[in-house]
Parts: sequence; C-alpha cells; structure tokens
Amino acid sequence: MIVLFLIAAILISCGLFINRSRWVNYLLVSLYLVLLWGFGVYECFHLNQTEYGFFKSDSLGLLLLLALCVIAVPALFHSSRYLEVHNIDETPHSKGLFFGAMTLLITACSMAYLSNHIAVTWIFVEITTLSASTLIYHHRNLRALEGVWKYVFICALSITFIFIGILFLSLSMKKAGIEDMTFGSLYSNRYKLDPYWLKFSFLFIFTGFTAKLGLVPMYTAGIDAKDIAPAPAGALLSSILMNLGFVGIYRVYAVLAHTPLQSWANVIMIISGLLTIFVAAVYMTRIKNIKRMFAYSSIEHMGLVVLGLSAGGIGVYAAILHVLLHTMVKPTLFFQYNQIYWVYQSKGIHDAGNYFKYNKAGAIFVLLAFFSITAMPPSGLFVSEFLIFQSLFEAHYLLMLIVVVILLTLIIWGFGSNTFQLLFKPSANMDESKIPHISSWESFSQYALLAISVYAAYNPPAPLVELINGAVGLIQ
Amino acid sequence: MTDVLLIILTISLLYMSIVNRLTTYLRILVLQGLILFGTTFLTLTEVNMVNLLLIMLETLVFKAIAVPWFMNYIIRKNHITREAEPYLPNFLSLLIVTLIIVFAIILASFIQDKNLDKTFFVVAFSTIFTGLYLIVSRKKIITHVMGYIVIENGVFVLSLAVGNEMPMLVNLGIMLDIFATVLILGIFFNKIGDVIVDPDVDLLSNLKDN
Repeated sequence: MIVLFLIAAILISCGLFINRSRWVNYLLVSLYLVLLWGFGVYECFHLNQTEYGFFKSDSLGLLLLLALCVIAVPALFHSSRYLEVHNIDETPHSKGLFFGAMTLLITACSMAYLSNHIAVTWIFVEITTLSASTLIYHHRNLRALEGVWKYVFICALSITFIFIGILFLSLSMKKAGIEDMTFGSLYSNRYKLDPYWLKFSFLFIFTGFTAKLGLVPMYTAGIDAKDIAPAPAGALLSSILMNLGFVGIYRVYAVLAHTPLQSWANVIMIISGLLTIFVAAVYMTRIKNIKRMFAYSSIEHMGLVVLGLSAGGIGVYAAILHVLLHTMVKPTLFFQYNQIYWVYQSKGIHDAGNYFKYNKAGAIFVLLAFFSITAMPPSGLFVSEFLIFQSLFEAHYLLMLIVVVILLTLIIWGFGSNTFQLLFKPSANMDESKIPHISSWESFSQYALLAISVYAAYNPPAPLVELINGAVGLIQ
Repeated sequence: MTDVLLIILTISLLYMSIVNRLTTYLRILVLQGLILFGTTFLTLTEVNMVNLLLIMLETLVFKAIAVPWFMNYIIRKNHITREAEPYLPNFLSLLIVTLIIVFAIILASFIQDKNLDKTFFVVAFSTIFTGLYLIVSRKKIITHVMGYIVIENGVFVLSLAVGNEMPMLVNLGIMLDIFATVLILGIFFNKIGDVIVDPDVDLLSNLKDN
C-alpha cells in the first residue's frame, strides 16, 4: 500500500506541475486528499506492520500521520483561497508549481514518519527540503530569494550533518557486528552498539534535525522560511515539517534511551531546549512582524518538547501530546494571518489595529488562538505544558523550571502585547474603502482545529492515549 | 599510497585557508576531486565493479570537472571580483585550520577501534570543520558554496572508511552530493546572479526581526 500511495502521490504532484486548467487542479488536489485519507485509514488498521522492510506504521508514525491528514485539508483549502482570490499576479504555472510542491511536501513528510530505516528517513528529509524551497520561493522576489537561499544552505548543511551521524552510527554498528540499519534492529541491539561512536552519531543527527525541528543551533533557516513562504505553506512548515524533525530525533534518542548514554543525551537536549526558549523569549519581546512572531512561538514550543523528553517520566507522554496539539493549533494562526494581511496589507504590527472592526469572526479567533498558543486554560496546550512542568519538577530540575517559567512569561507578554495591539489599538491611516469583505466561514476551519485540540487534551479518546503510550514505549 | 593522497588532501586545506583568488579555490577543489577519485580506487577493493565504476565516475566527473567548471562559469557570468574577501587575516586562518587538524589528531588518538583507519577519521574530520570555518570566515556567497563542497569532500572521505562493508552509504553520500550541489548551484545561484551583481552576504540581510 505504501508504495502504491507513494507512486500515486508523485503522479498527482507531477500532474499538478504540468496542468494549467483550474478545474483539473481542483480535481487533482481533491483526489490527493482522498488518497491521503485513504492511506491514513489503511495504516490505522495495520498498526505495527512492517512494509517492504523499510516502512513500519508504529504508534508514533501513525499519530503524526493522522495529525498530518487533519492539517492537510485546511492547508490545501486555504492555499487555494490564497492563490485564487487575493493574488492577482498568480499564473496557472505558478499555481501548479505551488500545489505540486505542497503535495510533494506532505507526501515526503508522511513517508518519513513511517520510515523504519534511518537512511530512508534521510532521503525523505532531502525531498522535503526540495519541495519546501519551491514553496518559499513562490513570490520570486528578492526577499523570497534571500529566504530560500538561507533555507536551502542551512538545510543542505543539516542533511550533511545527519549523514555524518549515520556514518558514525554505521561505525558503531560495525564494531558490534550488526549490518541491519532499521530502527527495530537498532533498538534490539542497542546494548551492543559502541558507545563512543554512538555519542558522535547522536550529536550529529540531533544537530542536523534541529534545522527541521527548530531548535538551537540551526533554527534560523526555519524562521526566515516561515516568514517568506505564503501563509498556508508557513502553516505546514511550522507543523508537519517540524514534526518530521521530532520523529528523527525521537527515534534516534530511543536507541540511546536504555543505555548509559541516555543521561548524556539528556544534557545535550536540555542545553538545546533551554537556549531555544531563551532565543524565542528574547525575540518575542521585541518583535514587530506578526508572521515571525508565530515562527518564534513555534520554536519555543519545540524547546519545551525536548525539555519534556529529557526530563523523562510523564514528560515523554507530555512531549508527544504537545507536538500533536501544537500541530493542531499553530497552523490556525498562519491560516488566520492571511486574513490579517488582506485587511492591513502589511506584516508589521505598527500598521495593524482595531481588528474587531474589520473582521469580527477573525478577531475573536485571534483572541482565542492567543490564549490557546500561549497555553492558558482552557487551551489544550495547557494540559501538555503543565505535564511537562510536572515532569521537570519530578526530575528535580527546579532551577531550570523556574528559568523556563520566567522565559515563558516574557514570551506571553510579547505575544500578548502584539495581539492586543492588533485587536484593540485604534489604527491610523486606514483607508477603509479598500478593505475586502471577509466572510466568517473562512475562519471555520481554524475554530474547528482549536476545538479538536481542546477536546483531545481534556477528554482524550482511548485510542489516542493508547497510541501515545505505544510511542512512549519506545523510550520507557 | 592512500595515506599519501589523504595527507595531500589535508595540505590542500592549509593552502585553501590562505588563498586569496577565487580561481585558486577552484583549482584546489579540482585537486581534491582527483584525490578522492584516486582514494576511492585504492580503498573500495571489496565493492562490486559496477558500483565502483559509478562511484569513481561521480568523483571524477562531478567533483573534479562539473562543479568547478560550473562555478567558474558563474563567477565569469556574474563578474564576481576575484578576491575571496576573508573577514580574518590569512595568518590567523592558517593558524585556525592548523588547530582544527591538531584537534582532529588528538580526538583520533582517543579512538580504540580496530575497524577504523584513523587517517580517514583525521582527514575527514579536519576537512569537514575547515569547510565550516571557510563558510563563516568568508564574505562572498560563492565562497560559502565552496566551503560547503569542502564539507562534502570530508563526508565522502568518511563514507569511504566504511565503504567496503556498507557500499549503500557511499551511494547515499553521492546522492547527497548531487542533490545538494545541484539544488544550491543549479537552481538558486543562477537566480541570485540575475538579481544581484557581485553577490556577497551583506546583500542578503533584509530579513530581520523588526
């Protein structure tokens, strides 16, 4: 099934690249969504089955695949709104390129989630770089060029780092006499692997994946990319692509999890996570660009996720839940950003204000999303963030907990002051006759995703808990 | 013989740290490509013939001919000035690259692994980090790309160290080479040349936080 899906998805992507007709474009995108959902449902019924030796739908992969299926629908819908309605410069060629790249990105991410072999994961990470760079370069101006150049260069470095990590891993396997590089084989032989090379391997693979996950040291490319890419693409970059980084780090961390190296790996992840939250806090307090603010908020959440992972205990469960809920919440902000831009024609917070007057449904959503993304109750993220704090407390990382809480307060202050400026400050120099009418149904998908995140956090369905526990089982 | 080639590769790194003209960088890249071609032939003795030919073809055609030629074309087409414009004086660069090599040797002395030839490790490690150093210490975008290619050469040396047991990894390394270089050079550097005359990194600093 997985190869069928891959072939069909690539054919659809190629079709989208070539096609110039608007209706065929809609048809192919709808067909792709049906295919993606069919694939997701199929994998649900084939949990823990290995396919072709290289793919396995384990709990973690399946969870992220299902989250991807949910996000793909509004992402493609908002993309078509973005391209059709408010961008008159678009040509059939640019539209085809955009949708082709987007479907390729979604396909590569879903393949990488289910990959059971580190080299296969690596190949799909390369494909995501290729497709994401097409999306980032969509507007073809100097700023897009700068964004895409930085993104491609940092990502090329990051995949090189991952490859060096894989080479070190192979050295560590060579010493233990293991030849099979699948994750299953690595897990079962984890005690035999040579710790010296394994350390190097983890260090390089972790550093490489930080470009995708958005952690210090390689987070920078992602920030520019999310700023420059069209908002629906930014939504995918800050959700499913970050999850790809999470999968990579999680699976490699799982190899080290039961060995004496675990505490060493925890130190690396804590340093990276803390620095990430610090960087996010520093920028969030002075940032004036709405889209970059969302991007920095993403890296803050990923910093919390790795802290949860390294604290252990309930933290691992919380980290996975946090990733899932973040995948539901963060794209909504990017989808909503389109409407904000249509009203003010600017990314800067200085040009914005009085949003309630121009777009009521959107403004109420922005307010709710602010509470949601800063993890204030009744936000779904509150539950996972609280559990992460609990795990830090239980692991006796008290000082770190205090530092994190102070930094998060700064972040909430920065996010809040910008959001309230957008919503309530009287806006100067607004030519109200040029503001397009935005109907409230355009915000529907955002409300729905927020509702899903709250429901999943406070009343998690039994299969969800089971799947998360299955994923936690890789580490604990 | 392999050791001699690898040592020449390391010496070329030292030379690279003090070179000023872009064309000399390209010549060093050609030399490195040829060294890798020779090393591949001498090292991968247990790999099957077709695969070995493929790998050697890649090192010779891609690393030693196509990429340097294409970069030369870009430099001429965009009238990039021929100076490398380093941020630091050459003497300091030489010192830093020497320190990188010394550090690699010290690190290698801790390795107690009979399966690994330490020369490969030292050379690969110093090449990778010299590449990184070239990226952070040079101003032009084209020298960043050259730094990246040096890193790839280092990675290739490392993959040769495990190449006999796991030829798949060498092939993956080739894929990385082709993919990343084509993506970086082929698509985008051409575009940068269209928009910016004499590109250096200062021109790519519009994306800011406020």
